[in-house]
Amino acid sequence: MPVAVVANTVLICAGGACISAGEKSVKQVFEEKLKEFALDSVVRVVETGCMGACNLGPLAVIYPEGIFYQKLTPQAAEEVVVEHLLKGRPVEKYLYKGPAGEVKAKAQEELPFFKRQVKIATRNLGVIDPTDIEEYIGRDGYFALMKALKEMTPEQVISEIKASGLRGRGGAGFPTGLKWDICRRNEADQKFIICNADEGDPGAFMDRSILEGDPHSVLEGMAIGAYAIGASKGFIYVRAEYPLAIERLNIAIEQAREYGFLGERVLGTDFSFDIEIRIGAGAFVCGEETALMASIEGERGQPRVKPPYPVESGLWGKPTVINNVETLANVPPIILKGSEWFASIGTETSKGTKVFALAGKVRNTGLVEVPMGITLRELIYEIGGGIPGGKRFKAVQTGGPSGGCIPADYLDVTVDYESLKELGTIMGSGGMVVMDEDDCMVDVAKFFLGFTVDESCGKCTPCREGTKVMYDILEKITSGEGTREDLEKLKELAQFISEASLCGLGQTAPNPVLSTMKYFWDEYVAHVEEKRCPAKRCKALIRYVIDPERCVGCTACARVCPVNAITGEVRKPHEIDPEICTRCGSCMEVCRFDAISKVSP
Amino acid sequence: MNVTQIEKAVKEIYERVKSESLGEEEDMLINVLHKVQDHFGNFIPPEAAETLAELMDIPVSRIYEVLTFYTMFSTKPRGKYVIRVCESTPCHVTGGKAVVEALKEALGIDFNQTTEDGLFTLEYSSCLGLCGVAPVMMVNDMAYGNLTPERVKAIIEELRGGEAK
Repeated sequence: MPVAVVANTVLICAGGACISAGEKSVKQVFEEKLKEFALDSVVRVVETGCMGACNLGPLAVIYPEGIFYQKLTPQAAEEVVVEHLLKGRPVEKYLYKGPAGEVKAKAQEELPFFKRQVKIATRNLGVIDPTDIEEYIGRDGYFALMKALKEMTPEQVISEIKASGLRGRGGAGFPTGLKWDICRRNEADQKFIICNADEGDPGAFMDRSILEGDPHSVLEGMAIGAYAIGASKGFIYVRAEYPLAIERLNIAIEQAREYGFLGERVLGTDFSFDIEIRIGAGAFVCGEETALMASIEGERGQPRVKPPYPVESGLWGKPTVINNVETLANVPPIILKGSEWFASIGTETSKGTKVFALAGKVRNTGLVEVPMGITLRELIYEIGGGIPGGKRFKAVQTGGPSGGCIPADYLDVTVDYESLKELGTIMGSGGMVVMDEDDCMVDVAKFFLGFTVDESCGKCTPCREGTKVMYDILEKITSGEGTREDLEKLKELAQFISEASLCGLGQTAPNPVLSTMKYFWDEYVAHVEEKRCPAKRCKALIRYVIDPERCVGCTACARVCPVNAITGEVRKPHEIDPEICTRCGSCMEVCRFDAISKVSP
Repeated sequence: MNVTQIEKAVKEIYERVKSESLGEEEDMLINVLHKVQDHFGNFIPPEAAETLAELMDIPVSRIYEVLTFYTMFSTKPRGKYVIRVCESTPCHVTGGKAVVEALKEALGIDFNQTTEDGLFTLEYSSCLGLCGVAPVMMVNDMAYGNLTPERVKAIIEELRGGEAK
């Protein structure tokens, strides 16, 4: 067979975000045009997993130079083929440009967003084709499994993971090695390992990206875990909201079976192990481990009392280890490179790296993997590029509906399990939603409570009824009807619900309220005592007014108002009738003279 | 579709899932329900639930206990395209509300309703994990990001146009 000479490789990001931004049509044009110019034999086009910079998609990187193209369209793809791949001239207009307009052709080597990252769990994302097992093997894939099976005893595997200090990346941060160890010691005729891929926290998408971009690393991590604890069967519980992840996992499992990494007598040893996918059906609570197991068993996804813990009595009453996607993706590198290497990264109690999903009011949204112990300031300003639109940072929400909001005073706190806990929030799965001065903290708390009310499974009363009562009080406060007593009642309820709820969902549900009350107490007081919303967000507490000095009477606002609340003659200052106004804000958006503003009360 | 046809289809789905499954029988229920729902066009007819109960030798109430718990299963017919729009924080702060309004307007329906022509059903979704390109929605299995009211309208028009052909 003649050896094909590959002059260039075009890596196209086929992460979920880039696909939704039009990646498929871009790829199609790349392939068509390459064929047209007879370049298809020397230029390879490869679809990879998520490259991380979601706000710049669709993305492509052209090797060997590493030229980074952003926001591609079919038209752009054609130009890149003709100019860059055919004539050798990078197309400047699709390259990354910094805030001052400076061109960064090799953005992945130049931008702090990429440069500051240390990739362990996401090591293959954006680099390999996730549907091709050989590319994974080419990046040391399944070598860790081979090492574990052929050179290590299960006990040695466990002590290696213990020594690495790896802790669960799904939220609570339980030491992974210890979990495996306890499960190993529990004697049973059958044990299970489950990968919890029911990533439900709003704003967290690292698990989706890993499953879509490097499914084999999760399979390998599971196989190593199964060998360590003595399990012969594994389940991956994925949410139905992630069809692409399910598709790529299915392909990966098939390939792994074909290559002998799964199935009977893995790699010719006595160890047999296979994996089955289970698909959720839209219930957030199934991310809780006992609810998740109930769902795998074909039941309603309702949690049960712990203990007994899953490692003692899990799936069908058998000892079961449940690990998060990111945790499992960390396992193969630890086995291959050793626990010392892993433990050298991070802080005293939080080893290794963590993948964070930056979203909300931050310039660079997307996925980043950074060493534990990085400060929030570095994460949000250096890597995230700060707050867009010249607005002021107000808070960052971590840990989803179980977490809390951290205010500006604590931006220099290091990100690790303990320090976040001290601040009244949690690491959670790593979602970070950044908020600016326009976000009302009472409204944010209400938003999360609304989420919990929807997602509470209804089994225990404190969570089912308590969160609803809390939500109603918050609704009362944001609509201007709240009192001082309501604030006291909120606090009391929060304490009660967190102590009396059955599972983690209810126990942590009051956190968004407690943390915003702790750091933004003044905002709560302003809502109830002055009937004022400092962020000017709560509709019942604001009015839109027109500054007669600035208004030129262009009538743009009056024409856009859906309820005809704005009156005035042409070329004369207009007025808004607060009785009719629905506070939709359309007038403010169309005014070109900055004449309309919000006031509260 | 008459009862015998439904029974036959459910039986086939059940056998297929059973042959693909590596494990116990009881736990196939959710998997089977997904497949049954896909087959009957985004909902689970009562006859299908009854057939399934017989096949699995469990009471029908057990089937409904499970299927009504999960938001993605429906007991009433839904449109050919189920539009699920994300209502989570990152979508909320990037203009999700205007997108929702535009969707309602373009479709002429509210949440959990189906258009008269049977094409579209509008639903809320939990976080779709595409927060980097918020606001986001899914039409069946296809995700659309960076939505604006204009883009939403264009997408709906395109789907409608595709159907008219």
